Formats: sequence, structure tokens, C-alpha cells
Amino acid sequence: MNAPQQGFKERADAALKNAVLKIAIDRTTGNAERKRAVAIAAFPEFQAARARGRAIKDHVIAHLDHYLEMFERNATAAGATVHWASDDAEARAIITRICLEADAKLVTRAKSMLGEEIGLPHALADAGIERVETDLAEHIIQLAGERPSHIVWPAMHRTREQVAILFKEAHHPPPAADDPATMVQSARRELRAKFLGADVGISGANFLVADTGATCTVTNEGNAELTTTPPRIHIVTAGIEKLVPSTAHAFALLRLLVRSATGGEMTQYTTFHCGPKRPGDADGPEEMHIVLVDNGRTRMLADEFRPMLRCIRCGACMNHCVVYRQIGGHAYGGTYPGPMGAVLTPVLDGLAQSRDLPHACTMNGRCAEVCPVEIPLPTLLRAWRTRSWRERLEPRSVRAALGLWAMAARRPWLYLLGSRIGVRALRLFGRRGWIGSLPLAGGWTAYRDMPRPSGRTFMEQYRAGQAGRAGQTGRETRK
Amino acid sequence: MSAKPNPRVGLFVTCLVDAIRPGIGFAAIQLLEEAGCRVEVPQAQTCCGQPALNSGDDKDAADLARRTIAAFEGHDYVVLPSGSCAGTMVHAYPELLAGDPEWAARARDFAARTHEITSFLVDVMGYRPRGRRLDATATYHDSCAGLRELGIAAQPRALLASVEGLEMRGLEGNDVCCGFGGTFCVKYSSISNAIVTEKAEAVERTGADLLLSGDLGCLMNMAGKLHRRGAKTRCFHTIEVVAGRAGGPAIGEEG
Repeated sequence: MNAPQQGFKERADAALKNAVLKIAIDRTTGNAERKRAVAIAAFPEFQAARARGRAIKDHVIAHLDHYLEMFERNATAAGATVHWASDDAEARAIITRICLEADAKLVTRAKSMLGEEIGLPHALADAGIERVETDLAEHIIQLAGERPSHIVWPAMHRTREQVAILFKEAHHPPPAADDPATMVQSARRELRAKFLGADVGISGANFLVADTGATCTVTNEGNAELTTTPPRIHIVTAGIEKLVPSTAHAFALLRLLVRSATGGEMTQYTTFHCGPKRPGDADGPEEMHIVLVDNGRTRMLADEFRPMLRCIRCGACMNHCVVYRQIGGHAYGGTYPGPMGAVLTPVLDGLAQSRDLPHACTMNGRCAEVCPVEIPLPTLLRAWRTRSWRERLEPRSVRAALGLWAMAARRPWLYLLGSRIGVRALRLFGRRGWIGSLPLAGGWTAYRDMPRPSGRTFMEQYRAGQAGRAGQTGRETRK
Repeated sequence: MSAKPNPRVGLFVTCLVDAIRPGIGFAAIQLLEEAGCRVEVPQAQTCCGQPALNSGDDKDAADLARRTIAAFEGHDYVVLPSGSCAGTMVHAYPELLAGDPEWAARARDFAARTHEITSFLVDVMGYRPRGRRLDATATYHDSCAGLRELGIAAQPRALLASVEGLEMRGLEGNDVCCGFGGTFCVKYSSISNAIVTEKAEAVERTGADLLLSGDLGCLMNMAGKLHRRGAKTRCFHTIEVVAGRAGGPAIGEEG
């Protein structure tokens, strides 16, 4: 939620100068890219599964009211209490009220990006409730006092060497060695007592199953099970777009989600929670609350960003994004980074606060190519650019330059003349084929040379040589 | 796909080729004529409108789309030495003009006639160069718009495979963006620089003499970075090599 959005370029530049960050990003996204490629290659029906995944999500989005009511009915029948939050503030209020009424001192939380979106960590702190993050990466984030930089690997911006230093300071006793196994053991020991002593466990949901009223959570660490089972109260927070009609549909999407996210076929744990503990159950919470969050989603339903509601939060778009892989997640400044974040952050935080995000994209289309539910991310980013232009959020210099250019481009004689003058002027700045420094184009020449134009435009040469078969000697390309 | 004999082809030169490297335009004319086309260069053409489109200025983009469509009325095909501009015409024009009753159908018809040059030569004209020889090693970068918007991957490679003596070397990350992105490269120049630096490193690792690609914008970005780094790699548009014009100066060289 509302982190400051100003200064994207400054944050990006700081990230570009951070060599350790680049190592961390390359390790995680490089691995993710390779593993996904292997998983997709071994999944010959991937394209058909994608089309089906998209169809499932589109169907639910088109009948959202129907499935929301069905889910509420079935979840209530299973013994859960369903709450509706129209925005982040309402969601925070509902959750803190449940915790305070239960006199909760300690809350454990399993990783949930929606929890980040609604600002839950801060809200619990403000209410004086101790919060313990149980996902290993979220545990790292909590110790470091940071926010997630990736929706699947929240601590991917930190190398294991940095994590080792963090654990040595924070764990009692500190881990005996720096290898991953020892560090994981250390975190496990730190967290174990918290799991058993928590009053409330809060989790997200990967799917809300309408015809059973169950919520589904996938993890690889088992922490979600320990977060949702021992405490007296289990609270689920979920965006309303997480609905699926039935368990079979959840599995159809799981096949896409896990392969796209980690390259695995299944996560270690795929858990369905259907209501609180029943008579005769050995364990489970006494109360289960499900907080359904809108927070801009019904607005997206009605506008051009509707396809974004298909998103299943796999992270493939950011793993394959050339910009994300250079600057990492924090530079984006919102809850969600990368291409999907560049579409969602203007919805959540406002376009005026985040207009850089849809522009900081080369429109190369790789994100859409790997998206498991065929979200046309570049098209949606372009839609934000259109809005930004229409709402006059673009810098005056950009508007003026583009206006001048468009005026000339409407007049072929002027455009041709402009090009002729332009290339001659450009030639003045260069020597021996290259231009190393150019006024008004410092963004280019600060980092790379500009090839010097060859002297006469194509149109000049073509017209001059039309009768005499221009272009056959090869000399006409040079002055 | 097969063309009618001797089709009338309108060449859309593109702004960058017009200003920076006219030889690509003449290579296009040469290859189209070798393939049996009657080539014309309509003088009313300016820019495809992509700078406006990518800046969110849909009104100016639509206006330039109408002008371009009108300039190429009557040509059997519209051919461009750029996958990026071709992608704009094929995909964005029909969308930009979908709500305009007078222009929607014309935009669809125009899009159906429009082709990037390597795909036009191979898929429509069944053309392969004959008797071309270039003793060099080369690597190829798939420009994003051509690759993902138009499916151009096999065609340039098929044309290059017909050039005798040319040894192609694989490029690691050949389908990863070079960081050009039109105005992106100046608006977010430090990010663009980080991306093109990785691209240049990958190109240098191939050890190839030449870097080839199908879009002058991407080529200028990569060539400019390679030159700044002191690399000796010479950069050409694919069709310059296919047309036998790689004996002349590469991008940034003067003859």
C-alpha cells in the first residue's frame, strides 16, 4: 500500500549501482527462467492448458457476483465467517478488530501479497500486536525491516551471504554455519515456538473454491499449515478475483501456476481449508474468518484493465522482464513489481503517483509470451500510457516535442525537409562515422555512440536517382 | 501464401532508414525487384506513428495511420525493412481505427497487405538470393516486435542460409530485448544502458565478425554500445547482407 511513488528514476539508478543486488536478481530470475523452460518443454499440452486457464478466469470474472455469493453461502455453511472489504482500510479494520476481540498478543502470518497490498504488517504493529512472518523469505524481510521485492521470492534481492549476516545478528543462538541447510534449521528453531504460541494465524489464498467454500493455499515450506492449524483463529485474506467454480478448476490453474512460478509440477504443500475445526477433528482453528477484498478490483472489471483480473500471481512476467532483471522489485515502489505490478500499481496507488511504471517498459512482449493466462501486459501498459497522456500527466517537454513532431509528420514535404536538415545537422557533431556526444540526446550518447547519418536521406537519393536507377552503385549511400 | 506475378509493392522506408542508413532502403528495393516485384516509394509517407502510439498519444497515432493508409492505397503489398513499424501497422492500425466507420475496414485491408521484408520475401514471394557470397561469421538478434508481433524468426535465417560462406553463430539470449524500446532508451537511459550492456557482452562472446538484425533502431542501439565498448563487431541489417551489400561500410563506418 501507499509507499511513496515519486522518484522511480532515482530508485532505479540506485538499484543499477548495486552490484550485489544484480547478483541476487540474476541468481533467482535466471534459475526461474531455466526451470520454467524445462517444465514447459515437458508439458506438451501447455498451450491448451493456458487457453483453458484463461477461459476459467474469464468465466469467473464475467460471473463474479454469482460465484461470490456461492462462495459466501458454502463457506458460511462450512462454519466460516465471511467479511467483505471494499478497500484496504476496511480490510485492515476488519482484521485488527478480529484480533483485538480475540485478545490476540501474537499473530503468525503466512506469505500473502494481498496482506502487503492492504498494509497488514503496519496495521498489526499499530494495534500493538506482535506479528511473526513464517515464510522463510518473509522472515528475512521482517528481520531486515523491508518489503517484498518479488511476489514469489520476497527476499530475492538479498544474497544468501547477506542473509547469513542477518541471521547471525537476529537468531539466538546464531546459526553455526553459512550453508543454506544450517540457516534453514536456525530459522526453523526460531519460528517453532511462535507457531505453537500464536493466538491468530493469517494466511492468503491462491484460490477460493465457490462450490465448496474452501480456500486453497500452496507453499513449499509447510509454514502455512503451521500458521493456519494450531492458533485458535484462522483469518484468510483474499482478493475477490481468486475465485474458481470448483476444486477441479483450482487444479487446472495450479498446473499453470506452479510450472510458471518455480518450474515444479506441484508445490510441496497444496492445502484446502474448508471451515474451522469440526467436532471430532484432532486439530484446527476454532474460528475461521475469510476477508474478501475488492480494493479496486470491481473498478477494473468495468474498464480496459479487466484482463489483469486473470492474474494468478506466478511472477513469470517479472522473471522474464529485462527491466525488472536490471532494477529488481523495490525500485517499482508499489506492492507488486515487474510488468504485472506496472499494470496494478496505478490501480492501487493512482496513476499520478506511478506514471513512470507503465512507461519504463520496452514493449518487447516477453511478459505476455510467458504469462500462463495470456494477459496482454504490453497492451495494458499502453492503455495506462494513453490515460496518462489524456490526463496530461506527461511532462510538458515530452508533450511539446511530440506535438512538434506530429505536426511535421502530417506534412510530408515538411517532414522530408526536416529530415534533410536534421541529418546534415547531425553530421556536424560526429567524426569518422560516430557521434559521441549530442545535445538533446544525452540519454543516448551518455552510454553509447550514435552512428553518423550518411549525408543525404533515402528520399533525396531516391528522387535524384529515380531515372538513373538509384541504389545500384552503392556510392549513393555515402557523401 | 503465394503472390500474384509481378505484384505492385509500396516500400515504406521508415524514418530511421530514411535519415540514418538509406542503404537499407536501396537493399530492400533491390531484393524486391529480384523477387519479381514492381517497387514504388510513395512520397506522401512519413512515419508510422509509433512514437505517438507508445507515448499514449492515440489521436496523433490514428491520424498518422490514416495518412499512411491513404499513401499506400492501390499497392498490392506494403513492405517495410522493420518488424517494429510493420507490427504497428498490422496490429495497432486496425485497433486505433476500429471505432472509425470510414477507416476501420481500410485499416484491416491495409494490415492484411502489410509485411516486414524478410517474411514477405520468403513467405509471400518464395525468394532466395542466388550467387551471394560473404566469407564471415555472423550472429543474429531477433528484434522483439518482429519476433513476437509477427512471428519472424525462420525467414531471415532462411535468407542468410542462402549466402555462401556465411557462418552463423548462436547468440545467447537472442530473443531477449536489447533495451532500445523507442523513446524508452532516452527516457530511461540508465536502465536501457544496463540492458544493452548485457546484450553487447553476449554478442562479443560469440566472437562473430558481424551482428545482424532486422530493425535499425535495435541495431543502432547495439552497434552504438559495441562501438563505445571498443568491440570490433560490425553491424548490418539482415537485408544488406542478403543483398550482397555487406562489402560496404557497416553501421557507423564511413566508406
